[in-house]
Amino acid sequence: MAEVLVVTSGKGGVGKTTSTASLGVALAQSGQKVVIVDFDVGLRNLDLIMGAERRVVFDLINVVQGDAKLAQALIRDKRVDTLSLLAASQTRDKDALSEEGVERVIGELREKFDWVICDSPAGIEKGAALAMKYADRAVVVTNPEVSSVRDSDRIIGLLDSKTAKAERGERMEKQLLLTRYDPVRAERGDMLKTDDVLEILSIPLLGIIPDSEEVLKASNLGSPVTLSSPTSAPARAYFDAAKRLRGETVPMTVHSDKSGLLGRLFGRRVA
Amino acid sequence: MSLFGFLTRRSTAPVARDRLQILLSHERAFVGGNDLAATLQEEILRVIAKHIAIDRDKVKVNLDRGESFSTLEIDVEMPTDEEVRARA
Repeated sequence: MAEVLVVTSGKGGVGKTTSTASLGVALAQSGQKVVIVDFDVGLRNLDLIMGAERRVVFDLINVVQGDAKLAQALIRDKRVDTLSLLAASQTRDKDALSEEGVERVIGELREKFDWVICDSPAGIEKGAALAMKYADRAVVVTNPEVSSVRDSDRIIGLLDSKTAKAERGERMEKQLLLTRYDPVRAERGDMLKTDDVLEILSIPLLGIIPDSEEVLKASNLGSPVTLSSPTSAPARAYFDAAKRLRGETVPMTVHSDKSGLLGRLFGRRVA
Repeated sequence: MSLFGFLTRRSTAPVARDRLQILLSHERAFVGGNDLAATLQEEILRVIAKHIAIDRDKVKVNLDRGESFSTLEIDVEMPTDEEVRARA
């Protein structure tokens, strides 16, 4: 039975696309059939983060509107063969997406894959609403920073009221992915701690991705951090999160690249 | 900043946490309460209109959510005797 997962946040720039790509790779490497779908129509970037920007011929809009078959639009990853990408359109408007069309495409993807991961655009407009509409569960990506936490709270409210699952009276499963976390600054009292964010948003924690220069290097290369630098701290954190998505129990650690005293000290600290 | 300012430096994260907690408790109430006030206004208006000829603009319903308690304020301006007589 396929799981449809939306990666959302409200605020832009917190790491939705990076997390979609990294989790997609991690799940696919564990043998699961995964498709990552870019819902950011007009501002697509998942193709670029995946290094597939020159392979996009047909996109989500073409499939939604019936101009291309799903099989023509799916881009098979060259490095992980159980991973596929469905790109967003760069030239069209988000109004080209319809509820019926998205529901049909998600339904078709459910039959082909174990995981359908929808990368939501920022904001709470149509694109974001459609990305979450037919999801079974949600990953809320949040930075330990006031505006990101506030926007995540708003998104959680929408997940609980505007999704097809909520409208059927079912409970939407939501998990928090805390990104760009710096345990040293949090310990110093200059960054919200994991517990602060969890207490405010009151949803369970999927993982803590440490702030790391490896993430920017990975996007420079067009290769998600779980592929380009699998032993780095953020990659290990994404692998842990992917295991938790599959229902495994993994102890919650803040991974660290630093081998120094501070890194060792805070690296083991459990949220 | 004083010479020994670093010794008394206050951390900023607790301020962020407190501000968020206060802000979000209001925003959560507001998002849910906005429709409630409109619904109440419409229903109260209908009940009053059954018994008294009343101007739609003269019924005001306000929902004010405070930290310790919330108030529902219903303000109905009754027509004066002259207005009632004029209409009759």
